[in-house]
Amino acid sequence: MPAPSVPAEPGAPVHEPQRRGSARPSVGNRLIALMGELFIIAGAVIGLYVMWQLFYTDITAEREQQEVLEELDWAYTEPVVAAEAAEDDGPQVLPEEAKQSPDSAPVMDEPDFGTTFATMYVPRWGTDYVKPITQGVTRREILDVLGIGHYPGTAMPGGLGNFAISAHRTTYGKPFNRIAEVQEGDALVIQTEDAWYVYRVTDYSIVLPNQVEVIAPVPGDPAAAPDGHYITLTTCHPMYSAAERYIVHGELEYWATTGFGVPAEILEEVPQP
Amino acid sequence: MIFPWVWNVLPGPAWLRVLLLVLLLVAIVAALFQWVYPWFSVTFDIQDQNVEAMT
Repeated sequence: MPAPSVPAEPGAPVHEPQRRGSARPSVGNRLIALMGELFIIAGAVIGLYVMWQLFYTDITAEREQQEVLEELDWAYTEPVVAAEAAEDDGPQVLPEEAKQSPDSAPVMDEPDFGTTFATMYVPRWGTDYVKPITQGVTRREILDVLGIGHYPGTAMPGGLGNFAISAHRTTYGKPFNRIAEVQEGDALVIQTEDAWYVYRVTDYSIVLPNQVEVIAPVPGDPAAAPDGHYITLTTCHPMYSAAERYIVHGELEYWATTGFGVPAEILEEVPQP
Repeated sequence: MIFPWVWNVLPGPAWLRVLLLVLLLVAIVAALFQWVYPWFSVTFDIQDQNVEAMT
């Protein structure tokens, strides 16, 4: 690059850039300079993409999901801690007699695409874990902004069949970030406007992206008629990849009408790593 | 080629050019974050978490 057009001192009056007459570099040199600049720009654009994907999407999606939660006036969004409940100034715990058998569970109608209809609590991921669940599983409209999405056509919470939901494991607020920590017997709690549903994890698996039988009414058996009240979580595996899917299955243990307290499960403090 | 050209095209004294350059960069980054990157990520399915029949 020709140096002479750079002003000698920062404070000096700026000279009109000299028309580079005789000292004009050859076409080859200019081409190489242009390519160098294009590489610099490409490097910056790619580097910014990584920053955007890893950090910026988390910030925007988390803010969006928090706003959605605050709009749900029926949702239980207090920071849920067992100690507070014990001290009697916290939330009231659901009495034993309020727990009802899965077979009598109320099932809401499937809402319109994009409607947030439930919240999810996973004690294994911390007593403060609460995320909204929205109808639909498209990335741009649901998963990239609103967090957890419900597969249209699968059962609703408490329904006979398979309540199947999907969310990002990394980036975009990463609702299912710690899915690999979930163990058999862990509680997965869903709240809708009318009821609490407490599911227990039964098993997990890692499958290929086209193995849709995991969200069948009977997980793993698309031909079978629904025989239970299942829940299925799907997310990507390995992290930052689209190669496989991490699947967690669970079964409904009990349900309860809202208004009589919160399930003891969501107050349970599981040791955090 | 590009960088000197941009510098020469911008009007005014050096401090104003620097200011305009910063504004220009902010605008470009904002456009990338808001539209280009989300489009790229969804179009090329860098990561996906749904199970679905292969298309």
